[in-house]
Order: sequence, then C-alpha cells, then structure tokens
Amino acid sequence: MSWLIFAIVFWLAAWALNSWLAKAHGAERWARFLIPALFGLTILILWEGLVLGLNISPVILPAPSQIAASFAASTDILREDFVQTILKGALSGYLIGCGAAVVVAVLIDRSPFLQRGLLPIGNFVAALPIVGIAPILVMWFGFDWQSKAAVVVVMVFFPVLVNMVAGLAATDALQRDLMATYSASYWQGLFKMRLPAAMPFLFNGLKIATTLALIGAIVAEFFGSPTMGMGFRISTAVGQLDLPLVWSEITVAALAGSGFYGLVALIEKLVTFWHPSQRART
Amino acid sequence: MKMVAPVLTVLAAIIVLWYGATVWLNSQWTYDQAARAGQEVSFSEVVVDTMNQKRPVLPAPHQVAVGLWEGVAGQKITSKRSLVYHGWITLSATLAGFALGTGLGILLAVGITHSRAMDLSVMPWAIASQTIPILAIAPMVIVVLASLGITGLLPKAIIAAYLSFFPVLVGMVKGLRAPDHMQLDLLKTYNASKGETFWKLRLPSSMPYLFASLKVGVAASLVGTIVAELPAGATRGLGARLLSGSYYGQTVQIWSALFAAAALAAILVVVVGIIEQITLKRMGMVR
Repeated sequence: MSWLIFAIVFWLAAWALNSWLAKAHGAERWARFLIPALFGLTILILWEGLVLGLNISPVILPAPSQIAASFAASTDILREDFVQTILKGALSGYLIGCGAAVVVAVLIDRSPFLQRGLLPIGNFVAALPIVGIAPILVMWFGFDWQSKAAVVVVMVFFPVLVNMVAGLAATDALQRDLMATYSASYWQGLFKMRLPAAMPFLFNGLKIATTLALIGAIVAEFFGSPTMGMGFRISTAVGQLDLPLVWSEITVAALAGSGFYGLVALIEKLVTFWHPSQRART
Repeated sequence: MKMVAPVLTVLAAIIVLWYGATVWLNSQWTYDQAARAGQEVSFSEVVVDTMNQKRPVLPAPHQVAVGLWEGVAGQKITSKRSLVYHGWITLSATLAGFALGTGLGILLAVGITHSRAMDLSVMPWAIASQTIPILAIAPMVIVVLASLGITGLLPKAIIAAYLSFFPVLVGMVKGLRAPDHMQLDLLKTYNASKGETFWKLRLPSSMPYLFASLKVGVAASLVGTIVAELPAGATRGLGARLLSGSYYGQTVQIWSALFAAAALAAILVVVVGIIEQITLKRMGMVR
C-alpha cells in the first residue's frame, strides 16, 4: 500500500514541478529535455508503484524492476535476437527497399505517363495492410532472415517511392530555367538540382519506413522463423508466460526503433541543413 | 479523366507480369510431377498446368478472383468460409479501435493545445511511441487481456486504437493551432472565453487536418486489427484467415484474404473521404 501512496504522491509532485517548469522555463533548452524526461520517469514510477501496490501478478504486467532484472540476465539472447531481426532482417531489407524505391522514382520521373499511372497505385498500395503478404513471402523465401528482409522491402518500397516522386517534382520553373540557361544536361540537372531538392521529401519517407521496417521484420517472424529472432522470442515467451523477457524484447525493439529513427533524423540534418525546417530554432 | 488511361495501363502491365511470374514460379512443380510420372511436357502444357494448380506457389489472378468470388458470394454469410463473415469480424474491431483511437487522439490534442506542460511532456513521448514497433507486442496484449477474461473484440480494438491515435493526434494538434493571430485577436476583441474560442474557431478550422489524418488512421487501424488477429489462436477475422492459409499451404486462400483486406481498406478510406467532402462542403471549406 505504501508503494501505491508513494507513486501517487510522486506523480502529483512531478506534475506540479512540470507545470511550473513549463510556465517558468518552457522556452529554455534544458527544460525541453528535462520535462519529457521527468514525465517518462513519472510513468515508470507510477507503473512500478501500481504493480507492487496492487499486487498485480507478473504474468499480467511485470514491474519495470523485474523487466530490468530479466533484461540484465538475458543479454546474450537479446543480442542474438537483435542481430537476427534488426541487423539481418530489417536493416538489409530497409537498404534494398529504399534503394530500389529511389531508383524506380528517378526512372518513372522521366515519363509523365508512368507517373500518372503509378502514383495513384503507389498511394493506394501504401495504405494497404501489406504485412499480410508476410505469410506468402515466408513461404517463398524460407524461414531465415531472407524472407524477413523481403517483407521489409515490400513494406518500405511504396512510402519511399511516393515521397521520392513528390520530391523530384518539387523544383519550380524558375530553378529549372536557371539550370537550362546553364545548359545543364539531364544528369547534371538531376544531381545538382533535383536530387538535393528532393531530399526533405525523401527523408520524410525514410523516417516513416524505419518503423515499418521493424514492424515488418518482427511480424514476419510470427509466420515461421529459425529458433531466434525477436518475433520468435516474443511469441514463445508469451506462450511460457515469461512476460519479463517479452518486455525486455520490447525494450530492445523500442531502443532499436528510436535509435534507427534518430540515426535517420541525424543524417537528414546533415544532408538537408539548408531546409527551413532544419535551421537553428530560437 | 486524364488519370484513367495511365492507371489502367499500369494495372494491365501488373496483371501481365503476374501471369508471367505465375508460369515461372509454378513451372518447377509441373516439371517435377512430369519427371516423376516419366513424361515429357511441352511448353503450352506447362502454361496451362501452372494456371490451374491446387496449391500453386503463386496463384494466377483468375484463381484469386475465383477464390474471392466464392468467398464473398459462394457461401452463406454466416459460414466459416465466407469472406464476408471474416471481413465483418475484422471490420467491427477496426471501427471500434478507430473510434477509440480517434477519441483519444482528439482529447490529447485538445489537452496539448491548452496546456503548455502537457505539450512539452506528452508530445515527445507520443512521437517516441511511434518509433516503437508496437505491432510486435500485439500478441502479448491479446494474451494478457485474455488472461484477464477480456476476449473478442476489445483486445483487437485496443491495438487498432494504438495505431490510429497518433496520426489523429498530430493532425489535430496542427489543426487546432491553425487559426492565425488575426483570428484569435478578433475573438479576443469579442471577449470570447476559452471554450467559445475552441468551439467556434479552433475546432472548425481543424477539420481539414482532422480528415487528412483520419484517412491515415483508418488504414492504420485496419492493419492493427489484422495483425492482432494473427497470433493467439484467433479463428475468426481476415488475419486468422491469412494465418490458417499459411499453415495449410492454401495459397489461394491467403491471396483472397489479402485482396479482401485491400478492398476493405480502400472502402474505408473512400468512405472517410466522402464524409470529408460532405462535411467540408457544408462548412463552406471546399477549395
């Protein structure tokens, strides 16, 4: 019971502190990091307090401390799964899929006919439940990481394609005329003007695709996998009611997902430093 | 109508490619069968055979069409083999989850636009929550809720809601902040309260943003429902149909379930689009 009271008191105190911080120092840089961090910490403490205070069985919801213990105890398994699912499955599929989408976008950009035909279909396919093809691709490419990579390729292809085509069309007539007065060839125009101009759009698609890639790789493992991998581990650990291990896998997935997203966002910052959205904010 | 010809051309090209791939992928089986029986097969026989296998590697488009037609029209609607039945199970969970997610997204957005503390503390976590491959925990949510005695529609709806709340949240925050200073100042000169500003200015001006994100959200919640139906021995719904098809090698069944899901997604997006047009027209916001 004391846990419960402590958690609730902590929650109220943190909430008051956050409100005060937001009012008094909301514009300052350190507050922008501290406030979300405090909010996250509050949720963890509230979670811990509720689980311990209300005696919730770990089979239903393990406390963060139990998850941390399980995480520390099974780092070997987690690393193996991370390599299998994230590095082999998701990352290779992501690179192939995004690369293919960019190349196809450049190709169809030369033909307005193809653009008009492919874009509506690409938009439509991007909204479809593409994870559904996972069982088919697992059947075709076998149980190992190749089938996961294939699912990821299909999942990331269309969002990136649609964004890249939109990006290649993002130059205005004035800019194109300028390139024409320089008597730039098609390729010069492409590399010096249109590809850089397409980068903000491309990275928009790439960022959406990071999450899709992880989802695709993990969900594809539900349809069959070797005896490792995050999706495999999650489904078997749920079967054994080893929920702390499941949550550890989720933590790994969350860290990998955030890290992956952060990496792409960092590259975006380096590549599109000229774009208004990236310029230093006051 | 400039769009129709190119789209049809591309569709035709896809179907031609598909037939080609069917022959290529399925011919192996035909050759194996013929070699086992000690026969030679001519190319035309191979082509005919690849189009009509019972468990092809890649079913031909017409096989999928037949499977789809039989699933939709060839069964009683209550039959376990009817795609309408499974589609309805999926649709009901999708709509429940979509409603939950939209409600949550709008509520959070209202909170975020009105409280600076909430903006600073919730928004980064809402964004972070989307970099987490949340679908991966779908089976766990289902199992945990089942152990609490909650089964059926609600667990699936929760996952669908989780996927659909984020686009709505982001769109609504943007929309509720869309009114510019001139408009806000005008309401201030009218001595409007916070509530009046919300109902008469912020909410109406957020509608275009809301509908744009509703379209993304409804597609996302369908994906969530289908994935939620995959694990934990679900026997009903399009996702379960996909899974049982993959267990028993019924490729035609997988593809028809897939196309049924695609059609469902298209219908949902179109319905939201129609509601959007009607609403915006009545509000006088159609461009």
